[in-house]
Amino acid sequence: MLRIPCPVCGLRDETEFSYGADATVRLPDMNEADPKVWHDYVFIRDNPRGPHKEYWHHVSGCRQWIVVHRDTLTHEIFGSALAREVAA
Amino acid sequence: MSHYSALSILGHGLTGNRYWSRAWRDPAPKPSYDVVIVGAGGHGLATAYYLAKEHGIRNVAVLEKGWLGGGNTGRNTTIVRSNYMIPGNSAFYDRSMRMWDNLSQDLNYNVMLSRRGYYYVFHSPGQAEGLRRRANVMLGNGIKAEFFDRAQIMKRLPFLDYSPTARFPIFGAFLQPRAGTARHDAVAWGYARGADKQGVDIIQQCEVTNYIWDNQKIVGVETTRGPIRAKKVVLAVAGHTSHLAAKAGLRLPIETHVLQAFVTEPLKPLVDNVIVYGGAHFYISQSDKGGLVLGGDLDGFNSYAQRGGLPIVEHTLQSAKALIPSISRLRLLRQWAGVMDMTMDGSPIIGKMPVEGLWLTGGWNYGGFKATPASGYCLAWTIAKGEPHPDSAAFTLERFERGYQIDEFGAGPYPKAQ
Repeated sequence: MLRIPCPVCGLRDETEFSYGADATVRLPDMNEADPKVWHDYVFIRDNPRGPHKEYWHHVSGCRQWIVVHRDTLTHEIFGSALAREVAA
Repeated sequence: MSHYSALSILGHGLTGNRYWSRAWRDPAPKPSYDVVIVGAGGHGLATAYYLAKEHGIRNVAVLEKGWLGGGNTGRNTTIVRSNYMIPGNSAFYDRSMRMWDNLSQDLNYNVMLSRRGYYYVFHSPGQAEGLRRRANVMLGNGIKAEFFDRAQIMKRLPFLDYSPTARFPIFGAFLQPRAGTARHDAVAWGYARGADKQGVDIIQQCEVTNYIWDNQKIVGVETTRGPIRAKKVVLAVAGHTSHLAAKAGLRLPIETHVLQAFVTEPLKPLVDNVIVYGGAHFYISQSDKGGLVLGGDLDGFNSYAQRGGLPIVEHTLQSAKALIPSISRLRLLRQWAGVMDMTMDGSPIIGKMPVEGLWLTGGWNYGGFKATPASGYCLAWTIAKGEPHPDSAAFTLERFERGYQIDEFGAGPYPKAQ
């Protein structure tokens, strides 16, 4: 069981959250015409073995999307922030 | 290296089993090979075996950072099946099913293949229609499939929960009669022994840390036991494919996720087949030792940890109890986890990489074990002939660029949902 620090609710169980996706992936500009850029956006991931920034939805809590900084090898969590503050 | 037979068992039995020879050597790495395969799991060893057997390429090393067969080959739930219907998958997985038939004889090693049948229980009219379509497509492809309604399945699998209070009512089940299980460790050991016999060096405790480059071309690997040069480097490291591909400058359509499995204390024969629960992601079979082998869903977030969390333990055991209430008092003997390459369409990647000198078999999602013979055979063909084998030709890395994803499950580019 992961214990995830929610910036709003504090330390909560993993079961209150729903995993989103890699939070470093950014939507390309809508005028982007290069298919490779869209291919990379849709399909390609760094998938690091180590620190990873990822979206979680605190769906059974404050319902905020948050970005969690977590190690994929050790499951150590370094911190979290509201997604809207990170993505802006 | 002795040939295994009933006579050899008898002979060694009479001499107290003191004179068995090693099943494979433990050689020191040579400075260079024609082909270096990274990862001594089922896929890597099968590739080495077929390179030697089918194509006469014997100057091959298989490098393993831990022990042979200690990754996903030793961590899966041992199910072999080919209930696929999408072009690209059907022919490949059926080749694998046909190869399983003679594998024990071919390897002279008993992989304990048991074609006990694979039931997929369904719980709604919509699910029934979906599975009926799948069964029909399979029949059209020459893969046997059967379909049973509720009354028939009550006779065949009487221990499922058919009560009015069942979590999901059972409408019937789909059966692939030729599917079943095999002894997963024996597959790795059999391929290792077969490859070693033909001159392949299997080098354990040898982690690949980087590549040796020559003018944009990979010409070998740096390892914890020194540099090893190779004309061709092959990655068969499912779970860690992204990690090793990144060192070659490649970014792949893969996320690594953790999947758990469980085995209960042994009991008398109860579950004669492989049974998949349509109400949640859950599957169960009974090992030859009598333990029930349970598998469930991914933990659901990127992980390389090779250990699972309690929420999925609870989910899997709830599913087990919902499907077969009578096993609720069994105790779990062991629980473990493996890390999967989950691709963006749920299908694997086999073939040459955009980097010169590098080949890959990876992205096996949940289903690498059953594919082991065909994966090794097709990849060996691809390496030897320089062109994809027709049965694995669809599993290119480029399919994502061209919109030819092979999305059997229809989940879209969401690896955790595949």
